[in-house]
Amino acid sequence: MTRKLPATDVVIIGLGWTGSILAHELTGAGLNVVAIERGPWRDTATDFPPAFAQDELRYHIRHDLFLRPAQQTMTFRNNVNQTALPIRAWQGFMPGNGVGGGGLHWNAQTWRFNPTDFQLKTHLTQRYGSKFLPENMTIQDWGVTYDEIEPYYDKFEYLCGTSGKAGNLNGQKQAGGNPFEGPRSREYPTPPQRQPYAAVLFAQAAKELGYFPFPQPSGNLSQAYTNPLGVTLGACTFCGFCEWFGCGNYSKASPQTTILPALIRQPNFEARTNCEVVRINLDKSGKRATGVTYIDTSDQEWEQPADLVLLCAFQLFNVQLLLTSGIGKPYNPSRNEGVIGRNYSYQVTSNVDAFFDDKNFNPFISSGSIGMCIDEFNGDNFDHGPHGFVGGGYMGAVQTGGRPILTTRTPPGTPAWGAQWKKAVADNYLSSYETMVHASSYSYRDVYCDLDPTYTDRLGRKLMRITFDFHENELKMSQYLTDRLAEVVQKMGPRQIVKLPRTGPYTSTQYQTTHTCGGAVMGTDRSISAVNRYLQSWDVPNLFVMGATAFPQNAGYNPTDTVCALAYWAADAIVNQYLKNPGPLVQT
Amino acid sequence: MRIRTLTALAFAACITGGVSLRAVGDDQSFAKIERGRYLAVAGDCSACHTVPGGKPFAGGAALETPFGALVGPNITPDVATGIGAWSEADFLRAMSEGIGKNGTRLYPAMPYPAYTKVTRDDASAIWAYLRTLEPVGNAVQSNQLLFPFNARRPATATWDLINFKPGVFEPDPAKSETWNRGAYLVEGLGHCGTCHTPKNITGGDRGDMVLQGALLQNWYAPDVTTDLRTGIGSWAVEEIVRYLKTGANSFDIASGPMAEAVENSTSHMTDADLLAIATYLKDSPPRNGPAVAALAGNDRRMVAGQAIYEDRCAACHVSSGAGAPTLFPRLAKAPLIQSDDPTSLIRVVLIGSRAGATAAAPTAPAMPAFGWNLNDAEVADVLTYIRNAWGNAAAPIQPASVATLRDRLQR
Ligand SMILES: Cc1cc2nc3c(=O)[nH]c(=O)nc-3n(C[C@H](O)[C@H](O)[C@H](O)COP(=O)(O)OP(=O)(O)OC[C@H]3O[C@@H](n4cnc5c(N)ncnc54)[C@H](O)[C@@H]3O)c2cc1C
Ligand code: SF4
Repeated sequence: MTRKLPATDVVIIGLGWTGSILAHELTGAGLNVVAIERGPWRDTATDFPPAFAQDELRYHIRHDLFLRPAQQTMTFRNNVNQTALPIRAWQGFMPGNGVGGGGLHWNAQTWRFNPTDFQLKTHLTQRYGSKFLPENMTIQDWGVTYDEIEPYYDKFEYLCGTSGKAGNLNGQKQAGGNPFEGPRSREYPTPPQRQPYAAVLFAQAAKELGYFPFPQPSGNLSQAYTNPLGVTLGACTFCGFCEWFGCGNYSKASPQTTILPALIRQPNFEARTNCEVVRINLDKSGKRATGVTYIDTSDQEWEQPADLVLLCAFQLFNVQLLLTSGIGKPYNPSRNEGVIGRNYSYQVTSNVDAFFDDKNFNPFISSGSIGMCIDEFNGDNFDHGPHGFVGGGYMGAVQTGGRPILTTRTPPGTPAWGAQWKKAVADNYLSSYETMVHASSYSYRDVYCDLDPTYTDRLGRKLMRITFDFHENELKMSQYLTDRLAEVVQKMGPRQIVKLPRTGPYTSTQYQTTHTCGGAVMGTDRSISAVNRYLQSWDVPNLFVMGATAFPQNAGYNPTDTVCALAYWAADAIVNQYLKNPGPLVQT
Repeated sequence: MRIRTLTALAFAACITGGVSLRAVGDDQSFAKIERGRYLAVAGDCSACHTVPGGKPFAGGAALETPFGALVGPNITPDVATGIGAWSEADFLRAMSEGIGKNGTRLYPAMPYPAYTKVTRDDASAIWAYLRTLEPVGNAVQSNQLLFPFNARRPATATWDLINFKPGVFEPDPAKSETWNRGAYLVEGLGHCGTCHTPKNITGGDRGDMVLQGALLQNWYAPDVTTDLRTGIGSWAVEEIVRYLKTGANSFDIASGPMAEAVENSTSHMTDADLLAIATYLKDSPPRNGPAVAALAGNDRRMVAGQAIYEDRCAACHVSSGAGAPTLFPRLAKAPLIQSDDPTSLIRVVLIGSRAGATAAAPTAPAMPAFGWNLNDAEVADVLTYIRNAWGNAAAPIQPASVATLRDRLQR
């Protein structure tokens, strides 16, 4: 039997990055907020203190901080002609679980998208003509501009204390920063991190080739910082156990190190952990959310009524909950109709490995967001005309660790095991380095999420099904970008390089990033978007959907700066527009 | 007794036309009640009289003493279980003489040796405030002392003879108003000495060692005299104010019972009062403890301790012992690190500790526990190292002291 709880003003589903931001903004506006989180409460000193944080087996191999697929998973296939199978072990991407969400164990590479990324369709068709885009590519504009969300980027970066060097301050180019970035209203809150030897060499090589290298914007702080909420972070120690790990030193920006200490002081805030929301409830009209139903670990069902529902469960679970709750029209690729599940996208990464004879890189001295990068080949920073593809990415020397179990890079031709393998690992550990391209993933008509016809979860609900593969455009892009990167790496003077461009088909068994995007995208036309420019559901106006779910396609940058800027942008709209006049913020 | 009070109240109600029962006995001046509320905060009454998360002042917070537990009684106006049947005079007498209603002598856990210095006006304001509280029915067995200390009257009477000098605070005309306000707060309502002044064998304050540091509930309340090595001699007045206001300053972060004192009391005090406290403390004489020489860097314990420090501690407290202001306490030249009594140090290494949180400094960073993967000798060595590195000097820690505290904390 479902037990009904007293109503609250706001219920938040998921207490990760976006949930924490919304909870703080809305409790600050005086609303009573209940956050419901699927995983446990997590805290630095008890869950990942320096006494045992650097445990690769526990955190990386055994996925200590991640969701267990037995609790929730999805099915996967490459195309509509295949039968999808359940993902029974996370490999391709790593869904977070527990307070802090992915924000707890991210790298904290904190990039803004380029201004043209937000008007991608318009921009590319204007520059290259509509015929230039592949026929079934479904990229679109966001309905919000870079200039509109710049203040919210700024707000998130000042919350985190992001370390970096501006390349464009109010339109003035700045030496040492990314000259291609959109204008920033002020400098980064803290200076860039110091760079390891390999990154310095990379930057030198890039300069010699006429590029403009700059330090990767980092949420691993270069120095101690107290944010506007009064919360203090320490300086990163370059421990090299960063992504997939929690930071034991309070040095990585996360909900725990930036917001939660202030949030938990709010008397109008409450968090319920180890509670999984199973559905968003609607009234009879189907146009109003009445709250959520969740289960605790004893399988007791609870109904939490609320005036406002904020879906902050990470891109994958946001889409899944919309589908299972029957909110919005599910996407149907054959009819090209519907919006929930439409325009799923991901990321296209590739590598160039370099082996040197005379170098010692001490790769264990690193952090999750360390590195020197160039942005010449991102977005539309270069003329795509001669190349026959669209999209791009940043590239650089960004090796984020030299951890003992998985840092076993060996030159081609090395046996995969045995004494020779061991010797090759030992010989190359200090003197090889990994460089990387982090590129865009545009959306296509036949790439989407829907409910699986076969497999159900432990509660009998249909699993969500992901249908995804790389397209010709992305593979061409990856080849081109990897070649450009290889030219820079070659200039560093290695004995040997190995180019690893992305090749198809996509496999969910190989990790690239956890940057899954789309599925309930934002926009101005409700026939091709699930939420309006304020992330408000077109169908259910008292529901807002956060996260990369809103990205119509993914750009060549990591998503979270944009995810959180949009969360602040939406929070502002809720507080200053919606609360004054609850209802649709954009009329159709 | 109870009947008499009720009759008196009923009579009072008649003559005022039954408008308000309280209006008769209590001063309803908002200013006075508000001042009383502030003073109750400054006096940190809730530390003993409110269980965390419980109803305000309904009693029940236990103070562990070497003689057994004393539990703060219910001081809400509930007639049956609180002090609803008390008169203002009863309350004033308890504050100034340590004698409760019916003439029972209170245990000095109620810091009347300090409260006796509180002016009648202030005590009366506190009383006015307490009368406005929601009466809560909560019977508290406050005396949970062990035999023979549970036999209250005669023992405390003798105790008073040795340890108690009644009398309101007398300002020193030679000193500034700020200084005098500080002295009044520190010696009186703030009852700082209750924790920070060493006790004699009867549990009374040692008048010759005021604020020189004392052990309490497995925490060491450090020396807060102006001693340069173990006290606050190196802290500027503003740093002391910041510490009391926010729980953190450039040197240290409050944890343990002091974190509670900051959270519940000092962070809510006015800047003027905090400045007064700091001014007074900075003018107090240093402890003048014996000179201590640092252990040699090549001492076996220093070498072993440094290795552990670099591995386990330096990530946060950094190799130079400088820490990070408001996040990781500074260890170099830090008074607490060089305390004569290392109990707090051993404790936080063994079982960890969370710093206090205030609106101005909400971070509440925590020291993780190392008791599960450092043995007694390792804990002793690493502490010996930090007590004698970077210009610090203090007695080495014995593994046996670690073992004893480990055992006590497990019980
Ligand atoms: C290993 C790793 C490295 C990364 N590195 C970077 C990086 O360097 N740069 C970058 O930009 N991004 C990075 N990311 C991505 C980043 O973590 C996410 O973009 C970000 O956390 C998204 O915020 P969110 O609020 O949408 O989701 P999350 O922060 O993941 O929070 C979602 C929360 O919702 C909870 N939840 C889900 N379903 C339910 C339910 N049904 N009921 C209740 N609660 C639920 C989850 O448990 C989770 O706590 C990385 C991610 C991973 C996993
Ligand atoms: S690399 Fe830096 S930010 Fe990352 S976990 Fe280690 S100390 Fe923290």
